[in-house]
Amino acid sequence: MPAQAGWRMSEAATHEANPTGLAHQFEDIEQQREASSLGMWAFLVTEIMFFGGLFASYTIYRALHYSAFEWGSRNILEVKWGATNTAILICSSLTMAMAIRSAQVGKKKATTIIYLLVTMLFGAAFLFIKLYFEWRQDWIDGFVPGLHWVFTSAHPSTVEPGVQMFMCFYFFMTGLHALHMVVGLGLLTVLVIMAARGRFTSQYWAPLEISGLYWHFVDIVWIFLFPLLYLIGGRYH
Amino acid sequence: MTGISQFGLALAALIPIHPPAASSIAEGVDQLYYFLTGISIFFSVLIFTLIFYFMIRYRRRSPEERPPDTHTSLALELTWTLIPSGICAILFVWASMLYIQNSRPPAASTEVFVIGKQWMWHIQHPEGPREIDELHVPVDEPIKVTITSQDVIHGFYIPAFRVKKDALPGRYTSIWFQATKIGTYHLFCSEYCGANHSQMIGQVFVMSRSDYANWLSAQEKTESMAQQGQRLFSQLGCESCHLANATGRGPSLAGVYGRPEKLQSGETRVVDENLIRQAIIFPNSVLLPNYPAIMPTFQGQVNDEQLLQLIAYVKSLGAPERTNGK
Amino acid sequence: MSTVTAELHESPAEPRTHYLNASYGIRSWLLTTDHKRIGLLYLATITFMFLIGAIAAALMRLQLIEPQGALVQPETYNKFFSIHGIVMVFFFLVPSIPATLGNFLIPLMIGARDVAFPKLNLMSWYLFITGCCCMLYAIMAGGVDTGWTFYVPYSSAYSHQHVIAAALGIFIAGFSSILTGLNFIVTIHKMRAPGMTWFRLPLFIWSMYATSVIFILGTPVIAITLLLLGLERLLHVGIFDPRIGGDPLLFQHLFWFYSHPAVYIMILPGMGVISELIPAFSRKRIFGYTFVAFSSLAIAIISFVVWGHHMFVTGQSVYAGLIFSVLSFLVAIPSAIKVFNWTATLYRGSISYEAPMLYALGFIGLFTMGGLTGLFLASLAVDVHVNGTYFVVAHFHYIMVGGAVMAFLGGIHFWWPKITGRLYPDLWARFAAFTIFIGFNLTFFPQFVLGYLGMPRRYAVYPAEFQFYNVMSSAGASILGVGYVIPLVYLIWSLRYGPPAGPNPWGAKGLEWEKAPSPPPTHNFEEIPIVTQEAYDYAGTSGVAHV
Repeated sequence: MPAQAGWRMSEAATHEANPTGLAHQFEDIEQQREASSLGMWAFLVTEIMFFGGLFASYTIYRALHYSAFEWGSRNILEVKWGATNTAILICSSLTMAMAIRSAQVGKKKATTIIYLLVTMLFGAAFLFIKLYFEWRQDWIDGFVPGLHWVFTSAHPSTVEPGVQMFMCFYFFMTGLHALHMVVGLGLLTVLVIMAARGRFTSQYWAPLEISGLYWHFVDIVWIFLFPLLYLIGGRYH
Repeated sequence: MTGISQFGLALAALIPIHPPAASSIAEGVDQLYYFLTGISIFFSVLIFTLIFYFMIRYRRRSPEERPPDTHTSLALELTWTLIPSGICAILFVWASMLYIQNSRPPAASTEVFVIGKQWMWHIQHPEGPREIDELHVPVDEPIKVTITSQDVIHGFYIPAFRVKKDALPGRYTSIWFQATKIGTYHLFCSEYCGANHSQMIGQVFVMSRSDYANWLSAQEKTESMAQQGQRLFSQLGCESCHLANATGRGPSLAGVYGRPEKLQSGETRVVDENLIRQAIIFPNSVLLPNYPAIMPTFQGQVNDEQLLQLIAYVKSLGAPERTNGK
Repeated sequence: MSTVTAELHESPAEPRTHYLNASYGIRSWLLTTDHKRIGLLYLATITFMFLIGAIAAALMRLQLIEPQGALVQPETYNKFFSIHGIVMVFFFLVPSIPATLGNFLIPLMIGARDVAFPKLNLMSWYLFITGCCCMLYAIMAGGVDTGWTFYVPYSSAYSHQHVIAAALGIFIAGFSSILTGLNFIVTIHKMRAPGMTWFRLPLFIWSMYATSVIFILGTPVIAITLLLLGLERLLHVGIFDPRIGGDPLLFQHLFWFYSHPAVYIMILPGMGVISELIPAFSRKRIFGYTFVAFSSLAIAIISFVVWGHHMFVTGQSVYAGLIFSVLSFLVAIPSAIKVFNWTATLYRGSISYEAPMLYALGFIGLFTMGGLTGLFLASLAVDVHVNGTYFVVAHFHYIMVGGAVMAFLGGIHFWWPKITGRLYPDLWARFAAFTIFIGFNLTFFPQFVLGYLGMPRRYAVYPAEFQFYNVMSSAGASILGVGYVIPLVYLIWSLRYGPPAGPNPWGAKGLEWEKAPSPPPTHNFEEIPIVTQEAYDYAGTSGVAHV
């Protein structure tokens, strides 16, 4: 009994005396930070394997339906939107890094919050472009396999089966990516709230760092998606 | 001894432990199997005996016992790493050599074509006769079976011949066997395919040459597969582009079967059943250089049976001279 | 009575407050972040799922007594074997040892107070039961009939059963295992007690580490595979559909890329348990510690490159077959090394015959047999004949049931005193172990013969010549079933009526035995221990445990 109470008391005391958010299972804040970081890297490895299955399947089908994939990329996707979105995401990674930095060097919490909000804005812009200018247009034009596919012989190509496969992959891959973006926006929202409550100091910014890792990962996935989906057809417009 | 072997035979008949060995490869596979069984028995008995022996010999006799601290020996570790590795190497080489041998049909094989569908086997002989869930073959002749599926994945399995291959939709797989014993054997579907998977079974009838010839001529007279294919070839309009003199919009198909062709995509593929099928269903994925992408797809216009007939026709247009290897 | 006596020269009183009574009420369990309680939550859940899978198996074996089917129509039988496979693989075997014993023991064995991410641990459990609920829904709404392998095109375009619900259940449960694996990796890397170097870790930890590597690398691939299957079924688009240029074999490659390593997820923890049981009941350091540790890692790594051996008869190229065959032989070697090292540990040991040891010894024998029959399957020419037959079924049941389940039971019995503070009646336990051993062999050995005879698997009806072995197998299954029920009874009985165990009734080495009472307090150790000894340092002790 005494040992139990003693342990509980020391936990409470720890929390008050040391508002760095040290969790009870860790001996010191350094161990906690390292563990959180390793945990996020391990999680990103699982994400790589998750997307990896899709990328592997894409690679196989692209080899099997070479000209169909080229045709689909060149004629259905628009490089201008993909390139804009790429630029947006790269900027968002910059602002994310700035948010982490501002917490690390102990700037006012408003600075961190603004950088986080700008990152969120970029993310929202990315999703808006994708949903409104790309997916909505594909829906109208009848390029959505399974839901609205009106690829007929009127189209000046006879590579239809492979094109449907290409569009399947386009939607699956960008859809999965967009889902991860939405999760990322949720994470950022949580971070904004935490920052507003003054949780981040120059000693404690781990949640920002590991969320940043996640955000950069989502960005990097897009960096691979963009050329594989948008640029393989040549003749960019 | 004869009494014991007779008893053994009687027992084996009552309680079978391996299927009849009715093909040219069956005994080879069985020999490897017996070797594997021998190794398994040896090591299992070894481990069980050691465990049993140690359990009794070194049972705890008092709570104060202090066993010696033997906990490492590089020599032992190497021994029991290298010996199993050696055995595995032998097994790998032996099994692979058998497998490679069994994967190459002899050049003069008779052909049979199988389409699996839920839940029956459609079989067609090149001379024309069709069978359902039954396969009649002559003894002592190599037979190449080309297999596909009309719907889901099935498995074409004849235990007595020790052959098995999946039947895949949209693709052809093949096996070959040479039956060595006249008789009737099981044909099973070995890949789960839905409700009546366990009833997708049939029989293989191995007959003497003369019986087989009689059986063939007793079947309903139909055109051969190549003739049926030729009819389709003109009905579907193929001959309007694929002129035999190579002046048409499409390439001539004379002698194309078995020939390596370099495609527009740059890769070189041998013209086999799969490529011909692909050319009919997805023509623009296997274009030859300098030909435009104008061939329409015939997906939906030909079923699996008709595809096999068309392929039989193309094959009948002559194969190129076999040089080396193939 | 029981020959397990607390072989201590003094018996500390059972702690008055420990993790089980530190707080009461359903909320204290459902909102716990204590790894020990979470382990027990998992134990209850997987025991329930095991019962579901076992009932499905019983129904299967009943059906197969008669060649024309004794019980149900083939359509229903197809659901039995599918449910049996899915539930047993994804909802029992994969989580069994890691989520129950792993969760309970890893922090204790390495000298930590909890896992690295306790709240994530609880979320893992909630994800798991969500997955279980999806699967139970699929069963109750009418079942699933695709087999646990979900091959397309049958599962994507032909089955009329609840494929998506089942796939969703597996998908969600998969995330549970990913997070558990992640938690374990970080815990083992970052939270070892001072002095607990990698090569002083108990081998159970090495096995759990290797398993966790497979968890995080492999499980996401089955997740994306099932996602694609679900999308194909829902939207009627076919990325595996040959009619739009898809490849049904791609599904198989993706599926087996996870599912082969998955079988090592199922056996590596069991091997880890055996590596604990053998030294404890021989009072000897394990033979070849380093070799066993590295074998676990080797198995985990090589397991990722052998998946093609499930596809030898799909028409893959001969070269692919050769590569996968040689690698499949390679993966057998580390397992063989372990078997020899365990056996060598017994040599000149001081062996006692309590139930955990009987399970461990049974494991070694049966796993050896199962592993050797794997060589048959790696041998290309033989695999052509036995692939898709009962030979394969017998092989994997020898590993999964004769191996993994017996290791699980052995581990539960071994650590039961630590988990509950109680002893169970060992005579009943040994009787159950024998019953299970005999019932198991009677059930599955005939299936090797059936397989070579040519009886394909997943058959609801079969030719009459196969009946003899089928009846033998079903008879064995009834004995096996009885064997499983007995531990359920006396283990639950012991919770109330079992004598108090004391901290170390087996006199075993290891931080969980030597530094923590039975049951441990919520925070595991009064003080984090400082480790100075090698693992299994029995030599130099008088066979008497020091507390």
